[in-house]
Amino acid sequence: MSAQAESEHHDADEHTHSGSRHGTFKDYLIGFVLAAVLTAIPFWIVIYDVFRNPKVGAVVILIFAFVQIVVHMVYFLHMNSKSEGGWTVLALIFTAILVVITLAGSLWVMSHLDANMMPMSPEHMRNMP
Amino acid sequence: MTAHTENRLAENRPAELDAGAEAPVFYDTDEHGHHPESGTMLGFWIYLMSDALIFAVLFATYGVLSRRYAAGPSPADLFDLPLVALNTALLLFSSITYGVAMLEAEKRRMGLTLFWLGLTGVFGLAFLGIELYEFHHMISEGAGPWRSAFLSAFFALVGTHGLHVTFGIIWLVTLMFQLPMHGFIPENHRRLMCLGMFWHFLDVIWIGVFTFVYLMGVLLA
Repeated sequence: MSAQAESEHHDADEHTHSGSRHGTFKDYLIGFVLAAVLTAIPFWIVIYDVFRNPKVGAVVILIFAFVQIVVHMVYFLHMNSKSEGGWTVLALIFTAILVVITLAGSLWVMSHLDANMMPMSPEHMRNMP
Repeated sequence: MTAHTENRLAENRPAELDAGAEAPVFYDTDEHGHHPESGTMLGFWIYLMSDALIFAVLFATYGVLSRRYAAGPSPADLFDLPLVALNTALLLFSSITYGVAMLEAEKRRMGLTLFWLGLTGVFGLAFLGIELYEFHHMISEGAGPWRSAFLSAFFALVGTHGLHVTFGIIWLVTLMFQLPMHGFIPENHRRLMCLGMFWHFLDVIWIGVFTFVYLMGVLLA
């Protein structure tokens, strides 16, 4: 009798657990609205040339992209530090570090190499074999 | 949980065991041990992270070569931002329709699940159609991947994303046949969750594409 009650309790527990892992309609709706706003603003900035200085605009839209990636991770991919005992977050952090090293390293090193290259005019380029 | 089991073991332990032999104690610390799909989900997540590294390399390549026009067209000449905005909206819509399909699958409503999955597929196909139209338009203007280093890197990065979306749609159609055939069995549920992660992941990559390639390309050209 008590074992049956326990297994029933266990089943119910498992059900709510799997329910929380998928998120709710409200989660998706919040994520969708946030993502739509975070997408619309960068397009607006670039199409209407809101910032006179393109470098400032670039930094601002990169910040928007970063925030939107976090929104997607939380509301659509349901990332949290507890899922799979923290292993998903650990894999994500590891990947993020590698991505930052790859991107920043490539851009940094290649821009320095580029500064040492011989300049080539468009006319030279057109006559290339 | 473990301490509780241990206590119960100690209380029920027969007297003869106390003499010398240690009673076995099981340390069941894995709280997800009851979910057969949980290993698959973690494995699939690690696959997605490795896929993210592929995209990171393609993004780095594009970043290095994005100003190497070889006297050819620049992003400002080629990119049609309203079209890119439409594509972004389509992919975002497909993300939320997939989420609704997952919620309907959890309520075990077959018809509605298939409807929302189908709608997701339609949005995905529309996205691909617009992307192929854009590629065709660029190539017919002589701005193919062979034109400059910038365009090679562009087609490699955006093309790889498009290829992922294509395979996502093939997977989606496969699931739309498997679901009515087998019903809401745990295997199908696991497949739905994996495709969901894949689909939302592609949307995350697209954030990087439209920001880094299209918006910054037009802004800094």
